[in-house]
Amino acid sequence: MKLIYYPGCTLKNQARNFDVSTVSSMEKLDVEVEELDRWNCCGTVHALDSDNVMNRVAPITNMIRVKETQAKTEGMASEFMTSCAMCYNTLKRANIDVKQRADALATINDFLSLETTKYEGDVEVLHLLEYLRDRVGFDKLAEKVTRPLKGLRVACYYGCLLMRPKEVAFDDVENPTIMENLIRALGATPVDFSHKAECCGAFHTVGKPEIIAERTDKIMGSAQEEQADLVVVSCPLCAFNLDFRQDDAKRLNPDFQNMPVLYFTQLMAIAFGCDDAALRFDLHHIDPLPVLAARGLD
Amino acid sequence: MEPTLRITTARTERDFVAKIEKISGQKLLACYQCGKCSAGCPMASHMDVLPNQIIRLAQLGMKEQLLAARSIWMCVSCLTCNSRCPKDIKIAEVIESLRMTVLRDGERNDYLKIMELSPEARSVLPPIATISAMRKLTS
Repeated sequence: MKLIYYPGCTLKNQARNFDVSTVSSMEKLDVEVEELDRWNCCGTVHALDSDNVMNRVAPITNMIRVKETQAKTEGMASEFMTSCAMCYNTLKRANIDVKQRADALATINDFLSLETTKYEGDVEVLHLLEYLRDRVGFDKLAEKVTRPLKGLRVACYYGCLLMRPKEVAFDDVENPTIMENLIRALGATPVDFSHKAECCGAFHTVGKPEIIAERTDKIMGSAQEEQADLVVVSCPLCAFNLDFRQDDAKRLNPDFQNMPVLYFTQLMAIAFGCDDAALRFDLHHIDPLPVLAARGLD
Repeated sequence: MEPTLRITTARTERDFVAKIEKISGQKLLACYQCGKCSAGCPMASHMDVLPNQIIRLAQLGMKEQLLAARSIWMCVSCLTCNSRCPKDIKIAEVIESLRMTVLRDGERNDYLKIMELSPEARSVLPPIATISAMRKLTS
């Protein structure tokens, strides 16, 4: 299987661990991923003002790059995959928007007049989780597990971007279970917790980190109440907030207990027996090794 | 005798209401004030005007109160309100249109002053945080 892969800016910076674990685990699943040539910013947050066409230019330029890659690669479908929840949401929403609004698409194509390829709404955006469920299959994925994550208690955190709005959701909006099903296939035990689809505070981390401290305390606290060993995410912004703002959460609430935050792809990489270079635990604030060691997974 | 209160059908802020409805693409009068948006809002505790109250003030064209509200900068567009509204009103879009009304007025009324952050604070932030904050809170 061949697949175009869109990493996004943060996966090439602070979230290298998300990038390398995505690529390494796809290799183990015999999926040939090819990084999109000349990709640019996804748009980073879908603009909600309906008269805003400018902010759709970045995502649509990526669609054009996908068409160009597809045209010169045999056996490549007109689709691409991203593992970042923000990229997925922004790219998918822009795609839906221009498919529904021919005038906006015409304006964007006019603006991009130097491009030789025109966008015609003919590219599909996929999130890695839905690709794993619908194309690979969790049962097939389970066959590749060489190191089951036995005994590991995992709280799956969805945040806002994977399941809202419902037009982009690939599972139940209020109570998604796709990550839990993946975690089960890896041999771990998913734990349900009250704040799995609550917002982490997102970009307020820039100007109002005290808001993130309060959100982190609530979200991580609710996972701790269910005796989770760690939290998994699909968004580098959630990861930053829930991991790096734990010191602030501790200042706010002295009873706050530190807990590591991992990407779901890192758990796949461990379960598939990828080497340590695919995990990059050096990029974490709270070290995941002690809880993994306690379950014999170091 | 001078009246103390005059009830009139004239709507002084008709243009403002029309503009908000146009930018947001929402019909404000659809709201019947059930309050579900405010009940589920993760930022409600940081707001001075709750999401359902924002819709009510917008229906009435109370421009000054809305554009001065802290709430319009607190909303992070998590879309919990949108996905739970029984009347399918996109509350987050209404709030975005209020932010845009301030940010597009040509005076650079940026809510986030990115250059005032310390170099240390800026250096740890991932690009996903900085770019999304600037997209939402600066003109």
